[in-house]
Amino acid sequence: MAGEIGHFSLILALAFALIGACVPHVGARRGDVRLMVLADRAVLAQFLMAVTAFAALTYAFVTSDFSVINVAANSHSLKPMLYKISGVWGNHEGSLLFWVLILTLFGALVSWRGKNLPLRFRSRVLAVQSLLVVGFLCFILFTSNPFFRLDPAPLEGNGLNPLLQDPGLAFHPPMLYLGYVGLSIAFSFAVAALLEGEVTPLWARWVRPWALLAWVFLTGGIALGSWWAYYELGWGGWWFWDPVENASFMPWLAATALLHSAIVVEKRDALKSWTILLAIIAFSFSLLGTFLVRSGVITSVHAFATDPARGIFILGFLGLVIGGSMALYAWRAPKLSPGGLFGIVSRESGLVLNNILLSTFAAVVLVGTLYPLFVEAAGAGQITVGPPFFEFAAMVLMSPLVVALGLGPLLAWKRGKLSRATQIAFPALVVALVAGTVLVWKTAGGYVMTAFGFGLALWLIASVLLEIAGRIKLWQAPKQALSGLAKITRAQWGMSLAHAGLGVMLLGITISEAFTSEQLLVMTPGDTATIAGYDFKFDGVAPVAGPNYTAVRGFFEVSESGAVLTTLMPEDRVYTNPPMNTTEAVIYPLVSGDLYAVVGEAAGAGRWSVRLYFKPLISGLWLGALMMMIGGLFSLSDRRLRIGMPTGKRSINNPATAKRKKWVVL
Amino acid sequence: MKRFVPLLVVSALVLLFLVMMLSDRNPNEIDSVLIGRPAPEFSLVSLKEGAPALTTADLKTGAPVLVNFFASWCVPCRAEHENLMALAGGYRVPVIGIAYKNDPDKARGFLTELGNPFSKTGLDLDGRVGIDWGVSGVPETFLIDGDGVIRYRHWGPIVGDSLTERLLPQLKALQ
Repeated sequence: MAGEIGHFSLILALAFALIGACVPHVGARRGDVRLMVLADRAVLAQFLMAVTAFAALTYAFVTSDFSVINVAANSHSLKPMLYKISGVWGNHEGSLLFWVLILTLFGALVSWRGKNLPLRFRSRVLAVQSLLVVGFLCFILFTSNPFFRLDPAPLEGNGLNPLLQDPGLAFHPPMLYLGYVGLSIAFSFAVAALLEGEVTPLWARWVRPWALLAWVFLTGGIALGSWWAYYELGWGGWWFWDPVENASFMPWLAATALLHSAIVVEKRDALKSWTILLAIIAFSFSLLGTFLVRSGVITSVHAFATDPARGIFILGFLGLVIGGSMALYAWRAPKLSPGGLFGIVSRESGLVLNNILLSTFAAVVLVGTLYPLFVEAAGAGQITVGPPFFEFAAMVLMSPLVVALGLGPLLAWKRGKLSRATQIAFPALVVALVAGTVLVWKTAGGYVMTAFGFGLALWLIASVLLEIAGRIKLWQAPKQALSGLAKITRAQWGMSLAHAGLGVMLLGITISEAFTSEQLLVMTPGDTATIAGYDFKFDGVAPVAGPNYTAVRGFFEVSESGAVLTTLMPEDRVYTNPPMNTTEAVIYPLVSGDLYAVVGEAAGAGRWSVRLYFKPLISGLWLGALMMMIGGLFSLSDRRLRIGMPTGKRSINNPATAKRKKWVVL
Repeated sequence: MKRFVPLLVVSALVLLFLVMMLSDRNPNEIDSVLIGRPAPEFSLVSLKEGAPALTTADLKTGAPVLVNFFASWCVPCRAEHENLMALAGGYRVPVIGIAYKNDPDKARGFLTELGNPFSKTGLDLDGRVGIDWGVSGVPETFLIDGDGVIRYRHWGPIVGDSLTERLLPQLKALQ
């Protein structure tokens, strides 16, 4: 029954989405308020239907209703409850339903929080959003329906891929989807602005919180995925430049660029058509990601089971959405008049530099990801593009970004003086150079890159601290500094925190890459191995039985100069349904770094192959990502940025723009 | 005409994806670098007790030979077995079977159960020969010409169209 309710809700949602995608445009054209208001209702109705459908599928998973094909193929009655629920979005059909749920959720949020948006503009935005919902609902209903029944129903399901049965991965896709889909709002805002033929500072102020929200989720989603790879796959790595990882990284880069260019639009009424383009590109990258995962065009560890019909459908949709919006852009962009000017040395220019570097990097990642396809299409055989290419590009393009990131916030708006900024940042430069040099000297060559990365990270962190110090006039008036601290807005805290987060992340990457100690050993119970000053004593293995797996658990007693720290218990699991082997690495985080142990295959005669690592400062990576997220949330909570703010006099201070603004008249 | 650049880039990409998706290629299938080169040297004990070892010399018979990597634990191998029997029987191609990472008793049991299409067999217990041949999984089948040079690699099971449309034309060309 639940299945049919879900199926029916999806069909109704499609009907509402079709209404919501067409009628408001007619209303906007005719100036008919009733038709425009319909956009809000349609979006709400879509959301309710999507919630119903999603709840119906979740119910089928929770109650292990194997008469639903999707449940039979992806669930198992013995699976822990958490994974029964995460199984809902752990497969192709369910993940699409989840995608629709979030798409409609964001539509409903815009309708709810955007009451102060001009009606005409809001109805355009919601209509574009509804059009996206139409596309995804058609995709689900025509190629990937999760509610199809199986008769007779099997007694037991196939189970979920054991690699996916992990708390990190239960939350990684939802986070990532919230990020991907959140960018759809920026997209809808951009397309609506193109349809209206006008972009104002006010537009940037409206779109920025949405982009920021999506960015926070995207950051969290990518960090969770990377964390999952780090401890679940047991390879000791955290980023592999896999096509699908790249597919999540590209929207992130574009969204980061968008966040920064929107500031220039808001402050200076410049960079308008570029910002619109970025908003479209950011969401296009999200769509590209879903396409790559589901079409089977590229090999990846992440690929869903593929089906050519689905691939063709999603490609058609992709072409329509991205191609259509780019065509609209080509048609309307000339209407977007360039606005205010700013000096070569100014905060705005810094933001432009940020945009150039970020988007170049995104383009390089795109080319690197698709290059094997180009080569094969040209009939020149098969190649793969490996991490060295991406790492080189990251180093070349991101180092100047980090340098600029230290300086940018110190520059004044509109017309700054580089000399003044360098003056403030000078101590930071000294600190960085000294630290880098010391490191080169200590490790005697070979570590130039490490020293460089280390220096960059410290440069960034130090200049963030100095920027705050300068803001509260710590040096000039130390007594009032504390009250100055209270005056810093949340948006500014957010920026500082996010920038410092990047510094911390860079520090974690540099140090852990350069100084990881790793040993691959065959150990007999009683053996002791010493890694980076920690003694790992192997106490043998024991069999363990889990709810849906059996495992071999290894015991390692770790001690530092005689004092026992902990016992690490990594497992080598064999899942029963589907039969599959996974390694559960175990990680013991210390302040100085992570102890990391993996137990592998039996090597005969009671010996076991094991891998032991000490990864210094690797937690900086996750800490940095967390700081970026918190920074984003801080900025989001700033009153000034909250959506639904009255238009305010600042943004309409230019009478010329105010007169042209159709929605102000409305 | 800068404003048309994004549209052109997007159109080109969509076209590329479309061509690649319609081209019926399998991205997991990697071209073998061994095509046109002599088969890697090896010497393996036979599955048949008392039979002489299988060596590279057994491939240079003056006529085309198929080398099939299989294992009793591999389900697609079961699926293609019937076609291997047909190749060895109706098409009169000698097929050499190499049991890949397989317990010899189980491999023998597999052939007893389904029939033995192989003129000669070898046991690659630790998979070293498989690595030399660039085998990425079982089943994989190599077509060797009379001089012991690899002419074609068939990735995955020989089932359905892949026998008549891919393997046989290659074989005919050699014969």
